[in-house]
Amino acid sequence: MKTLKYILAGVLFGIIMTKSEAVSWYRIQEMFRFQSFFMYGIIGTAVVSGMILVATIKKFRMKDMDGQPIQFDAKDRRWKKYLLGGTIFGMGWAMTGACPGPIFVLLGQGYTVILMVIAGSLAGTFVYALLRSRLPQ
Amino acid sequence: MCRCANGTVICQRSTKKFIMIKLLSQPWPWWVSGPAIAFIMSILIFSGKTFGFSANLSNICSMLGMGKQVPYFRFDWKKQRWNLWFLVGSVIGGFIAAHFFQSTMPLDLSPATITDLKKLNIPFDGNLEPSAIFNWNYLLSAKGLLLFLGGGFLIGFGTRYAGGCTSGHAISGLSNLQLPSLIAVIGFFIGGLLMTHILFPFIFK
Repeated sequence: MKTLKYILAGVLFGIIMTKSEAVSWYRIQEMFRFQSFFMYGIIGTAVVSGMILVATIKKFRMKDMDGQPIQFDAKDRRWKKYLLGGTIFGMGWAMTGACPGPIFVLLGQGYTVILMVIAGSLAGTFVYALLRSRLPQ
Repeated sequence: MCRCANGTVICQRSTKKFIMIKLLSQPWPWWVSGPAIAFIMSILIFSGKTFGFSANLSNICSMLGMGKQVPYFRFDWKKQRWNLWFLVGSVIGGFIAAHFFQSTMPLDLSPATITDLKKLNIPFDGNLEPSAIFNWNYLLSAKGLLLFLGGGFLIGFGTRYAGGCTSGHAISGLSNLQLPSLIAVIGFFIGGLLMTHILFPFIFK
């Protein structure tokens, strides 16, 4: 049953990502060229709704479906890895027009060329894991 | 009489179904999509999980047994199975949206973007992805490999280095007012702008 819940949440995510056009290579180019408010509107309203959600959960100390208190983990306070890692990811995002979620949504849409992006991203993950101790964190 | 009434009921039902599919098939305005993404995050939060897709890249590596060589992948990926099921769902969702709710209208892309991309020899065709580069012939060229394999590599390397992607940092992190996530998102834009404005003219010329 729980497995089904996560699959269904993923299905919904895939439909939303497609219909929002956030999976579009063109839309990501439009965003990085500041030529439309569209993507900023999506991310902005998602973040504002998310902030309200998180603040509400914290204020009323809400519990999850299993009755456990909901906790939000604070990210650690180092900054180099966020800035450098973020910049590297941003370059890949502009090239492929897709971030990790949309990559898999596009595969479902039938874009088989995206298999190469998946292979590349797994290789990138592997190489990062090898070099991790030598990178500034 | 009976048959007629029956027919009316069926007719009403199929009209409703038709309207529903028509509504779903339209491109959604941004103010519907944003809150819808936050709704996905709420499902995961109320299940005691977090919304962060790129963790799956590590999960897949761990599942493939790479923990034997690299300590980074030495964790119990089975505890992250929920996220892998979420990934499987997103592939199915992409299939459903493309086959049943496909928009009949061309993408409403900004004319300025269309002009800019034309200069880079990427014509606008009205689809979600440019057919000029999303095909196997282009992929198997040197430029295509650089774009897809190289781009994928940067996505994997960068998201794991930054500890998250658009979902983990931009949506989950910023919703929780995390400064590190803001730094990561600033990084996303530094990288994206650098690639789009400085490197793209070299890649596509």
